[in-house]
Amino acid sequence: MSETQAEKTVDSRGAACPGPLMDLVGAIREVDSGTVVALLSDNDQSLVDVPEWAAESGNEVVGTEEAEDHYRILVRKA
Amino acid sequence: MTRDVVIVGGGTGGAVLANDLADRFASEIDAGDVRVTLVNDSDDHVYKPVWLYVPFGKREPSDGRRPLRDLVDSRVDVVIDRVTDIDTDAQRLTYRDGSGPGRYDKLVLATGSRLAPEEIPGLVEGGHDYYTEEGALALQEELLSFTEGHLVLSVIGSPHMCPAAPLEFVFMADDWFRKRGLREDIDITYTYPIQRVHGNPHIAEWAAPLMEERDINVETFFNAEEIDAENGVMTSMEGGELDYDLLVTIPPHRGIDLVEEAGLGDRGWVEVDKGTLEAVHADNVYAIGDTADTGVPKAGSVAHYQAGVVAQRIASELRDRPATEVYHGKTVCFIETGMDAASYVEFDYENPPTPPAPSKKLHWAKLAYNESYWLTARGLL
Repeated sequence: MSETQAEKTVDSRGAACPGPLMDLVGAIREVDSGTVVALLSDNDQSLVDVPEWAAESGNEVVGTEEAEDHYRILVRKA
Repeated sequence: MTRDVVIVGGGTGGAVLANDLADRFASEIDAGDVRVTLVNDSDDHVYKPVWLYVPFGKREPSDGRRPLRDLVDSRVDVVIDRVTDIDTDAQRLTYRDGSGPGRYDKLVLATGSRLAPEEIPGLVEGGHDYYTEEGALALQEELLSFTEGHLVLSVIGSPHMCPAAPLEFVFMADDWFRKRGLREDIDITYTYPIQRVHGNPHIAEWAAPLMEERDINVETFFNAEEIDAENGVMTSMEGGELDYDLLVTIPPHRGIDLVEEAGLGDRGWVEVDKGTLEAVHADNVYAIGDTADTGVPKAGSVAHYQAGVVAQRIASELRDRPATEVYHGKTVCFIETGMDAASYVEFDYENPPTPPAPSKKLHWAKLAYNESYWLTARGLL
């Protein structure tokens, strides 16, 4: 898997829902506009939660990559 | 040589664990082979669920306080001090006053949660809470004089202590204002950070219709970004805006900084094996209760059950036997649904909760448990 660059990575592997989304929200809160944050999650629900939240909040999911045991979801802060 | 078990934190997890270990190791402690030390940075043990009732004038903060030494077996060394450094390689602790044992053979972190309202601009000035004694008393003052306007309960931090408490607060406020004939003049809005009213989908499914029945407005996907305390406006990261007359929030939570400084986990939560509760990044270190990053609620029942698991594991390890006890995520919580009705949830890692219909009996059961909590802290219940 070739990884898209991210300026910050949040590792939420092992966390139950809604942990990964809340970890992402916390990370987005702390970075500047335009920054890409990568969320690592092994919870399938993140594939739904993150795009829904991004759409609601005006942030943008710029990629979703699948590794052997987790997803890497990239979100650019609006 | 005496082997030292050091527990840091004298809340529910720390007290239950200390009493459990005192019981298991009674003869070894008496013989000087094992020493159990409980370190806490104040003299009192605090039962935080009492604070939910304080704003409504139903309890006083003193109802939730007891001297820690009165609750803990006399075989346990209770040290009132603050740990200032954890060296997990050398298995050593440093204290503010230097009064605890330096070296540990087994360390259990039960240091709990602290509030971090400063993470949200304007929250310190604009928000009330019932997650501290001072906050609950200040909110009581506000509620007693609040006769009309918009009450907003906003869940800002997640994870936070007692995930049921925000639901309980709005259900209790709704009922309290109804009983006082004020409800028609007071709007209540509940906000939650994700797309439903509670992190657990089964509890959310149960609570949402109750909120609708009681005219409690709901705003989901609402992550507070800033509070304008002067004008009574809160804005969210999602672009939402809410005017409020009285803002009650669940502030962001953190664990203690020492956890991060010791390399044990982020934001003060110790990264643990969810079954054994052993720290992932250090040997001979356990975490229980709020401190353990397990994904289950930060609640007293969790700390209680986890303490039993860790007590058995430490006793086995110090006796060179296999440690067999495993935590399966057991959580038990009452949920107040008004001033005289409550529901109840019980769940674990595999089995979801199924809250029954609210009843007076469950409300009385919750009040009875609150009164008998001190037996839990003593290790008797």
